[in-house]
Amino acid sequence: MSFLSYLISGISLGSVYALIALGYTMVYGIAKMLNFAHGDVIMVGGFIVFSFVSTLGLNPLFSVLLAVVLCALLGVLIERIAYKPLRSATSLAVLITAIGVSYFLQNVALLIFGSSAKSFKSVVPIGEIHIGTELVISGETVVTIAVSLVIMVALTLFVNRTKTGKAMLAVSEDKGAAQLMGINVNKTISITFAIGSALAAVAGVLLCSAYPSLKPTTGAMPGIKAFTAAVFGGIGSIPGAMIGGVLLGVIENLSKAYLSSQMSDGIVFSVLILVLLIKPTGLLGKKINKKV
Amino acid sequence: MKKDTIKEAVAAVGEGETLLSVRDIHVFYGLIEAIKGVSFEVRRGEIIALIGANGAGKTTVMHTISGLIRPKSGSILLGGAEITQIPAHRIVSLGLAQVPEGRRVFQELTVYENLMLGAYVSSDKAENEEMLEKVYQRFPRLEERKKQSAGTLSGGEQQMLAMGRALMSRPDIILMDEPSMGLSPLYVNEVFDIIKEINGSGTTVLLVEQNAKKALAAADRAYVLETGRIALEGKASELMDNAQVRRAYLGEE
Ligand SMILES: Nc1ncnc2c1ncn2[C@@H]1O[C@H](COP(=O)(O)OP(=O)(O)OP(=O)(O)O)[C@@H](O)[C@H]1O
Ligand SMILES: [Mg+2]
Repeated sequence: MSFLSYLISGISLGSVYALIALGYTMVYGIAKMLNFAHGDVIMVGGFIVFSFVSTLGLNPLFSVLLAVVLCALLGVLIERIAYKPLRSATSLAVLITAIGVSYFLQNVALLIFGSSAKSFKSVVPIGEIHIGTELVISGETVVTIAVSLVIMVALTLFVNRTKTGKAMLAVSEDKGAAQLMGINVNKTISITFAIGSALAAVAGVLLCSAYPSLKPTTGAMPGIKAFTAAVFGGIGSIPGAMIGGVLLGVIENLSKAYLSSQMSDGIVFSVLILVLLIKPTGLLGKKINKKV
Repeated sequence: MKKDTIKEAVAAVGEGETLLSVRDIHVFYGLIEAIKGVSFEVRRGEIIALIGANGAGKTTVMHTISGLIRPKSGSILLGGAEITQIPAHRIVSLGLAQVPEGRRVFQELTVYENLMLGAYVSSDKAENEEMLEKVYQRFPRLEERKKQSAGTLSGGEQQMLAMGRALMSRPDIILMDEPSMGLSPLYVNEVFDIIKEINGSGTTVLLVEQNAKKALAAADRAYVLETGRIALEGKASELMDNAQVRRAYLGEE
């Protein structure tokens, strides 16, 4: 395989990380918490589509839409039940709760679907694309990159151009001042969880279509990588999560191809540590301004 | 009570009648009682000054009125209607805006975006545009810098922005928490001129200040807050001549 094809599949994998990282970074920006159960929403999205397509035989595209809606609701529910009562608790309590929610989701999936890997039927309707004689790109890769690109552009427009988006930015900067403007902070937090979880569902479907094996722990590794990507790009920054995610995917894929496939994760995390040593706030992170 | 009913009640308050009344509020931070039974009222058209030393509880009173903190007991009435239990984000649409201590403009957003967030509760585009024009007229510096992010403004400019942002909701009453804090003498004078101007155009003002001299000069009536209690109250001109006030707040022997 050529460098170009490694690069393209790296971008594709990275776009998925970026979609997941967006959820981490937006929730962190607005609710000031690390939602470690975020990765498991990927798995839930995957299982919803799997059940609808493989078990009930529904239309794949319709199933994906349903999964997106259900995961958005799940995100809102998780926040309401598990995190909202802890708004003024220590961050350690919130972190432990998030880990608890993560285990809860995994165990529910285990109960329903068992521990053996299910083979996920790709929802991508197009086949391989041949460019010249050398380059072959899978349909999944093309769709993943295209869908991610559209979502990222739409999200950027939403956040920067709409009233709700502006309210999200205001809440992420100063909840008290936002309330003085008449912004409903609880509603804004719910919207953020809904968007983040919807993106995780999309990421889950894309990921399972490209790597068609699904089990209750499927969300864990991509979740951690995407979290890394969010920190890498600067946690709290939306463009940071996008760039961090894509770069992480590319670095991972290229190190798999040219250095060592066993060591690729190690290399990815070394790059993260290096970036954080040089720039502790991540690539696009703002300096954390302490309130007096 | 429903939002529209309260709005009507507020609109029905005539010049010189009680617009805001704070009745015996007690506010706690954990076990510490920061406000120990404070009562006062603000009539339509007035400038009321609330003065007091650091830590007296001025900001706590402001936050309680705006709904950011709940009092343990006591009540807050706007236009005679109870607003004590109404969530903070609903208060602004009832006609009460606040310029918070330390300005708290949204640093990452532009001047224009900050101003439009001030009008967040109003979806009347034409009216918002009209108000924006008025704010730009009053603060020409804001129009010059409308595309700049608020974090890049000077302290004085940020104060102007915080005031303009509060005006954008077209409030009946505006609460200002130490608007002259940390500003150069030139800006301090400008801030007080603007407060009088805002009041002159029909907005009632509740002003918290440590700069007692300027505040008393601008206000109609004033309350002196000492460690969570109202220690003195009266006409601003009378308080200015009060020996106790002169000693404690105007820096005289
Ligand atoms: N979040 C908080 N938690 C605990 N105590 C608080 C909190 N905020 C204020 N206090 C305490 O309540 C008292 C009143 O504080 P407040 O900020 O209302 O005073 P202030 O009159 O506005 O002071 P300043 O002039 O310094 O702004 C002080 O003793 C303060 O230490
Ligand atoms: Mg204060």
